[in-house]
Amino acid sequence: MAERTSLAVRDLAVHFEMEQGTVRALEGVSFDLHAGRTLGIVGESGCGKSVTARSILRILDRPGRIVGGRILLDPGAPGETDLIAMNAESERMRGIRGGRIGLIFQEPMTALSVHYTVGNQIIEAVRQHSDLSKAAARDRAIELLREVGIPRPELRVEAYPFQLSGGLRQRVGIAMALAGDPDILIADEPTTALDVTTQAQVLDLLRRLQQEKGIALMLITHDMGVIAEMCDEVAVMYLGRVVEYAPVLELFTTPRHPYTRALLRAVPSILATPRQRLATIGGAVPHPGARPAGCAFHPRCADFMPGRCDVGAPPPLAPGHAGASCFLEVPA
Amino acid sequence: MNVLEVDDLKKHYPIHGGMLRREVGRVRAVDGVSFSIAAGETLALVGESGCGKTTVSRCILRALTPTSGAIRFDAGDGTVDLATMPKRAMRPLRRHIQMIFQDPYSSLNPRMMVGDIIAEPLKVNGVPAAERNARVLELLDLVQMPAVARTRFPHAFSGGQRQRIGIARALALNPRLVVADEPVSALDVSVQAQIINLLLDLQDRLKLSMLFVAHDLSVVRHVSDRVAVMYVGRIVEIAPTDELYRSPRHPYTETLLAAVPAPDPLRRGRQMKASGEVADPAKPPPGCAFHPRCPYVQDRCRTDRPELAEVAPGRWTSCHRAREIELAGVA
Ligand SMILES: Nc1ncnc2c1ncn2[C@@H]1O[C@H](COP(=O)(O)OP(=O)(O)O)[C@@H](O)[C@H]1O
Ligand SMILES: Nc1ncnc2c1ncn2[C@@H]1O[C@H](COP(=O)(O)OP(=O)(O)O)[C@@H](O)[C@H]1O
Ligand code: SF4
Ligand code: SF4
Ligand SMILES: [Mg+2]
Ligand SMILES: [Mg+2]
Repeated sequence: MAERTSLAVRDLAVHFEMEQGTVRALEGVSFDLHAGRTLGIVGESGCGKSVTARSILRILDRPGRIVGGRILLDPGAPGETDLIAMNAESERMRGIRGGRIGLIFQEPMTALSVHYTVGNQIIEAVRQHSDLSKAAARDRAIELLREVGIPRPELRVEAYPFQLSGGLRQRVGIAMALAGDPDILIADEPTTALDVTTQAQVLDLLRRLQQEKGIALMLITHDMGVIAEMCDEVAVMYLGRVVEYAPVLELFTTPRHPYTRALLRAVPSILATPRQRLATIGGAVPHPGARPAGCAFHPRCADFMPGRCDVGAPPPLAPGHAGASCFLEVPA
Repeated sequence: MNVLEVDDLKKHYPIHGGMLRREVGRVRAVDGVSFSIAAGETLALVGESGCGKTTVSRCILRALTPTSGAIRFDAGDGTVDLATMPKRAMRPLRRHIQMIFQDPYSSLNPRMMVGDIIAEPLKVNGVPAAERNARVLELLDLVQMPAVARTRFPHAFSGGQRQRIGIARALALNPRLVVADEPVSALDVSVQAQIINLLLDLQDRLKLSMLFVAHDLSVVRHVSDRVAVMYVGRIVEIAPTDELYRSPRHPYTETLLAAVPAPDPLRRGRQMKASGEVADPAKPPPGCAFHPRCPYVQDRCRTDRPELAEVAPGRWTSCHRAREIELAGVA
């Protein structure tokens, strides 16, 4: 791949110290984001998708703590920066947050205040990342609203978020994320709360923005349809680890990890035959506080090898290489 | 034989305004909906949020009193109209219509043991204790839960297991109709698949009659016999499931189907069919409510409201152009 690597996450580990004990939310997560490409992060709830996103932006909720790894901005370039080494509240990190890396939330109101107009909030964000005058920032805000497909942006700039539909609010959320002109965009379930026709419009918008600006997009979702529609590469997560990484077509045609295989067969399809049953995965995802020994998927795995899978953990994936973190991939 | 016949059902909410709080308008949440459910049939009610699905199901359960219309229900010993029935007279009928809820966390009482939760409808209907216990065991088995679940509290169970408990409770009295409002939307994929399979099993074994309310068109293709598509308070199309997906007869159905991302990268980039947003039921557009978004719109669509009409056996659609336009489905 000739694309510039914008961000490299290496062996990221995050713990939550809880009264009941330590929750190991991430246990050595590695991947790269490339300019102009979309990496999909997929997995069921609680697998660590949002914690990964929030760690990169250094906005992890308490009592979450990054306990290991590196998050390299511009890896290999002269200005390479490890975001983990930085103070989360420092001037520089604030500049990176929004200026280099934008975040789109599932619920756009997470990023928006109910008390201010959409325009004022975007103007504020624009000015935080540039030295534009107030008037110029206002023009920029209107331009951003137009760019994300909001009709009559000169009028909408005066609207309060509650005056907008869910779809328009998410477009405003995207405009907010773009205000600092970031070259990396992290979208955490950006369409999960939207209806299908609105979702299709927002996905279209993300794809167009990415192509126009050469953005490195990290798209978090639990929806295999969204993955198939949008991504170049995919990382499948299970209980705080990347268990498979592959180009999107490979993932769907020749999934290698038993979890990926099971997940793909369990997804209801718009192409189903009448009364078609789904393949199921036994049991449920365990709580990360009660992580099974060995391979964390072993109690649910159809290919479980006693004495092996329940003893040691399979080796983690080398970043950037397609494969599965599974003993099936390792000669006995 | 139909278990349920809904006829021109309307539910309007008044909008009050001004100093005197006079009625200044109406939210036409449900605005003339008709459909039927045959014995043993699962009918899905689909459409985007706010189109009126939950309002329809709450009218059937009489959690809401309809503004007008009829809801004829076959109670076994005769047909009754649930729409006009006094609430008190509903009580003996409630056992025949049971509900499966979306959220398995809030729908089970956290202070009751699972066995008591499932037995409650039996108790309310005067089933003796000994019989209740046997029935609870039978029901747990039916939803593939171990008998020991009986003596535990809901918090001990995962979302999927709680949904099974909710289903067991709904089936306790052998209801003639089950209304399920988004029963799998809150579940993760692997658990969702288990519950979908369970519902398919129960349909086969118990010949359930079910109204399945959902916004997820993929889930609906797996579980329903027929589908009714709603848009801004009205049904725009009804058809047998496979036919609806393969060859939709209403432009809105085509739009919905085209918007669902298929889990297959080779099918990427289907075009967007409709722009714009769902209309507000407080001020639905004149004529066909879908006209501001419809790629096939003509002049008459802006003024004349199309009625739901049968365009082929079993295929109902409300579109002026249903017989002249060729619409794309998903294979
Ligand atoms: N604020 C928090 N307090 C305690 N634990 C948390 C918190 N946020 C996340 N976790 C833990 O981290 C795990 C991963 O969470 P998250 O990244 O939000 O999952 P998802 O993949 O659904 O986005 C959760 O299962 C939970 O145990
Ligand atoms: N109590 C109410 N007062 C006014 N409007 C309501 C009320 N309840 C629902 N609505 C409106 O009725 C419409 C249909 O709602 P609902 O039946 O919940 O839709 P769905 O279940 O399809 O998402 C929506 O526009 C909603 O805002
Ligand atoms: S390591 Fe063993 S248990 Fe884990 S996914 Fe591979 S085969 Fe299954
Ligand atoms: S009646 Fe007209 S506007 Fe409505 S769906 Fe048919 S073609 Fe489109
Ligand atoms: Mg999340
Ligand atoms: Mg609803």
